[in-house]
Amino acid sequence: MRQRIAFGGLFLLLVAVPIAQWLNYPFAVSFLTRFAIYALAAVSLDLVLGYGALVSFGHAMFFALGGYVVGISAFHVTDAEPLFGWLGSNSALIVWPIAMLACGVLGALVGMLALRTSGVQFIMITLAFGQMVYFLLVSLQAYGGDDGLLMKRPNTIPGLNLANPTVMYYVCVTALVVWTAFCMRLVDSHFGMVLRALRQSERRAINLGVAPHSHRLLAFIISAMGTGLAGVLWANYALLVTPDMASWAKSGEFMAVVILGGVGTLLGPIAGALVFTGLEGVMSALTEHWMLFVGPILVLVAVYGRSGLLGALLKERHV
Amino acid sequence: MLLIFEQLLNGLQYGAMLFMLAAGLTLIFGIMGVINLMHGSFYMVGAYCGAFAIIQTGSFLAGVLCALLGAGLYGLLVEVTIIRKLYQRDHLYQVLATFGMILFTNQAMTLIFGRTPPMVEIPAILSGSVPLGGGLEYPIMRLALIVVGAVVAVGLWYLVTRTRVGMLVRAGADDREMVDALGIDIRKLYTAVFGFGAVLCGLAGVMAAPLLAVEIGMGERILITTFVVIVIGGVGSVRGALVGALLVGMVDSMGRAFLPQLLQLVFTPTIADALGAGLVSASIYVLMAIVLIVRPKGLLPARG
Repeated sequence: MRQRIAFGGLFLLLVAVPIAQWLNYPFAVSFLTRFAIYALAAVSLDLVLGYGALVSFGHAMFFALGGYVVGISAFHVTDAEPLFGWLGSNSALIVWPIAMLACGVLGALVGMLALRTSGVQFIMITLAFGQMVYFLLVSLQAYGGDDGLLMKRPNTIPGLNLANPTVMYYVCVTALVVWTAFCMRLVDSHFGMVLRALRQSERRAINLGVAPHSHRLLAFIISAMGTGLAGVLWANYALLVTPDMASWAKSGEFMAVVILGGVGTLLGPIAGALVFTGLEGVMSALTEHWMLFVGPILVLVAVYGRSGLLGALLKERHV
Repeated sequence: MLLIFEQLLNGLQYGAMLFMLAAGLTLIFGIMGVINLMHGSFYMVGAYCGAFAIIQTGSFLAGVLCALLGAGLYGLLVEVTIIRKLYQRDHLYQVLATFGMILFTNQAMTLIFGRTPPMVEIPAILSGSVPLGGGLEYPIMRLALIVVGAVVAVGLWYLVTRTRVGMLVRAGADDREMVDALGIDIRKLYTAVFGFGAVLCGLAGVMAAPLLAVEIGMGERILITTFVVIVIGGVGSVRGALVGALLVGMVDSMGRAFLPQLLQLVFTPTIADALGAGLVSASIYVLMAIVLIVRPKGLLPARG
């Protein structure tokens, strides 16, 4: 079932842009790119939320960090003095791995502290770390403070022009597909089995000789890196990074996307991202007060939609 | 010296306000196991209702009544329609549902009260300041907040430890089924506790209205600080909430007053200013991180 949905979804992702262009619907490419970036962040978050059973409410900090690494690197190429002797860079092959690495390091630091606790404390601590990053970004006056940092042009990849929206879309889809495939392999591996065993019964898993802390920490770090990659792509898509990328509302949105699609299913959150960004797009076009409707929809999903959009199909349920 | 004393009082006043919010939030979590992100929204509803009544009638008392009523009724409504369905569910769903309600409440308040923030003046009876000796003049409004916070703390202590309702609430926190079996309608008890938490938010909101800006989004800012308070004090513990609130209040106001000068001793003024602004906002989170490294369950965790 999972494979069939995956191949069907992949096919739709690849033909979506040509169909949209054929229908002469100009906003579609931009909308689909946003969707792919959200989906990438949601799949990453699902790794900790669904498989690690860790409710991280601060994942937007990785989204922001990924974006800011790209933004700041580009800023030093054109607009500022070298940073500790580094001239900055616009090359995706250099900057993107650095951004993901930075997110991995931050993920390790936050994870080590947050994993000392569990349950509601874990939620609150991740939230608080997200806020720290948010305030830090606001106070970075050299990089725009509150207003954020504009990028003059997207990063360069040899042979690809990211300034072309269609190319940008396919880069995002490729990132989404590769990362999701990697995560699917991961949760089916021995590592993923351990995570799931810990989710079902921590005590039993520990008695079987599993080290809970290191497995969860690794899941958290990988998840941070994926969310960071989504931030990198966002910076290249929007050509603007702002502290709002780290806001707790953004973390809440990511969480909503995962639950909407189905917690602990990896593919479900992609469907969730499509519905969420679609809902956002349609509602905000219809009425200025679209939050009035999106809010209650989230409530309905939480109260009645236990397994999300694809959860029942994928038969991997959390809780 | 005078400045330090004044900042101590400022910290006490901020702490008193945080306590009113944290007490309700931690009570609701400790007893019902619900993580309620909407708590800040009740505070905002209280502030708006209070401000509206004060501007319409000119009476601060009417504002207080309106705030308590508005926040309390909204709390009851939310409990009966939404929260009740989520008691036995994973935290994840509680977070999502209450997050959705924040979006809804913010938009609804914008629709009802408009985009321009209402300005509330300090009521005549609480305006001005009193000399506290040594040349220190302190605003009465801020002193009133400290007093109200202290009254709430003592009242809550009495309610929880000395009354039958408090006994049932504590018993319900330990063993839901047992209290149910004793013939107590636990659903009504939960509804009442949730409503009471919202009323405390309303009180904090209306007391803060003359001192802070009443605006959309005020709830979220204070909510996150309230979370920090609870994590520092120990989740589910009212005593912890008091200690956490005072600690966070002190660190925040002391940091705001003295951190920039301290940094100037080490860095150049421009760097110190930029760094100071960021550090002050983040100082309570740093405090929380330190507390958690030493005591992962907080300073005064709940029993059990």
